[in-house]
This record gives sequence, structure tokens and C-alpha cells, in this order.
Amino acid sequence: MRVAVVGCGAVGSLFAANLSLLDDVEVWAFDLNELHTAAINRDGLRLSGAGDIVGHPRATSDPAALPPCDFGIVATKAMHTEPAIAATAHAFADGSVATVQNGLGNEETLARHVGRVIRGTTFPAGKLLEPGHVQWDVRGDTTFGPYDERTTLAAVEELADACTRAGMPADAVEDARGPQWRKVIFNASTNPIGALTGLTHGRVCERPDLRTLVTGLVDEGQAVATAQGIELDADPEALIDHAAKPEVAYGHKASMLQDVEARRQTEVDYLNGGIVRFGEEHGVPTPLNAAIRALVKGVEASWTQS
Amino acid sequence: VSSVVVAGAGSIGSLLAAHLARVADVTVLTRREEHAALLRERGLRVSGRGDFTARPDATADSAGLPNDAELAILACKSTDLEPLAAQLEGALRGATVMTIQNGLGAEEIVAAHGEWPLLSAVTFMSGTRHGDAHVEYVLDTATWIGPFRDTTEADARRVAELIEAGGLNAEAFPDLRPAQWSKLIFNATVNGTAALTGLPHDFHFAQTEELSDLGNLVRDLVAEGKAVAAAAGVELHDDPWEMNVLATQRGHRHFPSMLEDVEAHRPTEVELINGALVREAERNGVPVPLQTALYRLVKAREASYSE
Repeated sequence: MRVAVVGCGAVGSLFAANLSLLDDVEVWAFDLNELHTAAINRDGLRLSGAGDIVGHPRATSDPAALPPCDFGIVATKAMHTEPAIAATAHAFADGSVATVQNGLGNEETLARHVGRVIRGTTFPAGKLLEPGHVQWDVRGDTTFGPYDERTTLAAVEELADACTRAGMPADAVEDARGPQWRKVIFNASTNPIGALTGLTHGRVCERPDLRTLVTGLVDEGQAVATAQGIELDADPEALIDHAAKPEVAYGHKASMLQDVEARRQTEVDYLNGGIVRFGEEHGVPTPLNAAIRALVKGVEASWTQS
Repeated sequence: VSSVVVAGAGSIGSLLAAHLARVADVTVLTRREEHAALLRERGLRVSGRGDFTARPDATADSAGLPNDAELAILACKSTDLEPLAAQLEGALRGATVMTIQNGLGAEEIVAAHGEWPLLSAVTFMSGTRHGDAHVEYVLDTATWIGPFRDTTEADARRVAELIEAGGLNAEAFPDLRPAQWSKLIFNATVNGTAALTGLPHDFHFAQTEELSDLGNLVRDLVAEGKAVAAAAGVELHDDPWEMNVLATQRGHRHFPSMLEDVEAHRPTEVELINGALVREAERNGVPVPLQTALYRLVKAREASYSE
């Protein structure tokens, strides 16, 4: 089996390094960061933290160098999906492409370029420490499912099996929208609140007025999911409260707050923006998610002012 | 009116004190003694739309205020109003007191501390302070004045005429609420949005082409405010959405005070602005989910100063 990981930031590197340890899988790591791909080819791809390994995928920053692959795993930030798949689609003409990205809409973007798309939601996390070296912060499960009827469950199972054998536990299910929407609703209801206020997850949740606002956002997201016949695999409210505990993620700054502090474009269009877009398609009003998106887009716009 | 006290020497207080000092005896009440000393020593310079130096008296001690003051304008930030009114208890016995704070509720705060006749005012002028003794006069839009307690439109008119004589624009109204509410809705929407996004009041606030454009949120926030005004029986003097569009077309990128406050990690005026609007909405049974969200987010932003 040949797999190409498209976008080798932290999450992509976790998949690439672990999968490369399997004898029966040939792994390619595609990333635009040439320092990163050169370091991987020279010294291997090192993970430390939740697991300490050195993998040896073949890395490249040249999309033309990718050979035909059985599977793609797209792990870019959501705003880079379109250019990333446009550049690499040739490698997946006879393969299937899975997304392990955040947010809504990545599958639709992939399906404009490749025939067989796999919906995926993943929970492992880490950060890129230096070229060729990723800190593995959290282990976690991945759920894969066919995006539409062009992708067979058998193909999804083949990918999930390889990931599981490589130490990245993955399930293959007929409908993977439940975990995806659960994660999206969690992130859309908490990340931008942290980004707009500067508060950590725990401090957002301990302010009763803000916690009520979070619930308002969750309720809109759940209504949009329900209108599509999606059953969430867990209650976002319970997960939000769980994460607020001191021993879990009380002091965690949401990734969107980190983005805002570093003045990096956020994924709000794919979180709250995705909920708004699917809400429109299914006739479900989402005024709070629309308001939050407009505010975060305003924050982004303020960086380009004089 | 020949003797006036201006309490608070931020940009609005400084503009009022300097201009009124040309036509009346003005005493400025400052929070800091060194501020008062500098004003006594150097006078108060106005630049921008004006170019002169006024010579008001100044003190940081309310015991030093003149006994014969006929008018006292409380021009401090709304967050400082409660301690200021408490400090003035028992003083200014012959004076009519005028509030000029943003939002709603300033008059009630002052009313609780004395029997003074009260006037309400809202101001649309703006200035920029360049140090304690220099204020730049930026926008020459008017100050609107109306009766509040034991005063009449004629009292409001006398004060408006005095302000006009000093070189600023002012107008008297029989009922200030239509103007006050127009500005309340405008400020709650624009200041709150600016504080959270970091954007000055610029073209983004009127942009509605794309669904995600900020102007859509601004328009929805204004619509909530208008529903509250209607339920409270207030007929707005100006449409806050039109005020917003006009202001963004002036070509001058205004930094609302709430934005400057969050950037400097100072308490904001959110309570008398967004908080007041949300409480009026509750009292009148009008749902305002977006204003409520804005109010909570700004309050939380203030709480983050201690992160």
C-alpha cells in the first residue's frame, strides 16, 4: 500500500511517521516547507512526547514527484485544502483521499478534484518543534467513513486498519458525520470565544454568562446537525464541561486564540462559517454563529489596517 | 450663566472647559492635583478646529469649587461617575447639574447623590487629548441637551446658547430620549464591535456585500436596538444604521473609546452602554441575543486583563 500525507504539520507528521514504520506501507510526506521535507529525508521524521519514534517517509515539496498512491491523507489547515489537493490530485487518480482536517467543507473541496473521498475526524494533536521534529502532545482516535457512494467501506477499512496497526487507532464507519459534527460544534462554540475575549477554556466556562453564550452556539450547531439527520456520537456540552476541569484543559488557550495572538488567519470560516452555510442549506437559523464569525473576521481584517 | 464647573478633563471635558472659559468663569475639577496645577500654570490649549489657549481655574479638591456656580457639567467617563457624584454630595448647592456620559443611566447615578436640578446631554463632538493641557478639537458635531429633573426646555436652551457662544455646537430639545437612544444604539453596536475586533470605526462596519461581512452584524445589532426603543416607547431621532454609514463615509477612522480602553486594559463603559441596552430589553420583554452576546464578550474581555 502506498500512502501520501498531504500537509505535514503536526497532525500530518503523526500519521506519516507512524505509518512509515509498517513494512507493508510506503509513505510519502508532501509539504511546502522545504526545510521540513529536507530534514525528513536527511534525518527521518522524529516524534517525541506521547510516543518517541523516528519514521522514514519519503518527503517532497514538489507535487510532481508524488507517485500514484492508494490513499491520500490531507492534513493541511482548512484554508489550504483547495491549493493542496489541486496540486496533488494526479497522485490519487486511482486512489482514495481522506481528510483529517478541522471544520466543515473539506470533503466537498476534495471531491471537486478526486473521485473517492473519505471523511475523517482525528483527535491526536501536537506541534512542529523544528524541521523534522514534532512534539506529540495527545494520543487520540480517528474515525473514517465514506464521503459518498463512490467510496466503498472496504477501502475505508483498509486505511483504518493500517492506521490502527501503526499505533494511530482508527475506526471505519458508514456515517462519520457524528464525530465530525461533535468536534466542529465543540470547536465552533468555544474556540472563537477564547479568541475574542483572550480567556482560556476554563475561564470561559466558569463565567455563567459566557457559558450561556457557548450553549447558544452549541444549540444552533446541534439543530443544523439534526436537520441533516446527523446523530452526534457524544454530547458537546458534557465534553465542554469536562475539558474545563483543572486537570483536563482549564488553562488551555484555544488554537484560535493562539492564531489571533500570532495574527495568523483562523479557521473560523470552516467552523462557525460551516455551521452557518449548512444551516442555510437546511433552513436552520444560526444568528449567533454568524455573529461570532463576523467578529472573528473583523479581528483578522484589523491586522491589515495601518 | 456666568460661573460654570466642568468636572472631568478628558477630551470632552477639556473641550467644554476651554470653550466655555471664553464666555464664563470656568473651574475645572480634575482627578489629579498635578493636572489641575498644570492647567492653572499653562492654561488649556485647543488645536484642530480651534486655535487658542483658555485660562480656566482648576482644582482637584471639590471643597475648592466656587459656591456661586450656576452650572456644573459632569464630563467624566461613566465608569468614574459614581465616585464623582459621591464626592460632590453637599457641594454646588445653587447649580444645575448636567450629565454628558455615553449610554443610559448617568442621570440616575447623579440623582441619587443630591437634589440638584438635572439636565441630560449627549455629545457627538470629539477630540483627542495631547497631554493634560492640550486638546485637539476633531469633530465639531453638536451636543444635545434636554431637561431631566426639575428643569425645562428653556433651561436646556440657556445652556445650549452658552455652549454655542463659546464656539461649540449645541441644541436644546424638549425630550432628550430620542437622541440619547439613537446614540445609545449606535454606541452599543459600534463601540462593542470595535472593541472586540480591534477595528476602528471604518468601512468594514457598513460593508454588507458578502454574507460574512461585518456590516450585516452591525445592521442586525441596530435592528435589535430599534426594537427595544420601540417597545420602550422612544421614537428615535436618527436611524443608528444611517449614523453608522455616514460616520464611516467621513474618511476619518475614528477609534471608539471602548476600543482604546480594551487595548490599554482599562475598564470600559460597557455597563452604561451595552449593559443598559440589554437591561432595557429585558424590562420591555424584547429578545436581544446579539447585543447580549456582545455585552458578555466585552465584559469577558475586561476580565481577561488579569490573564
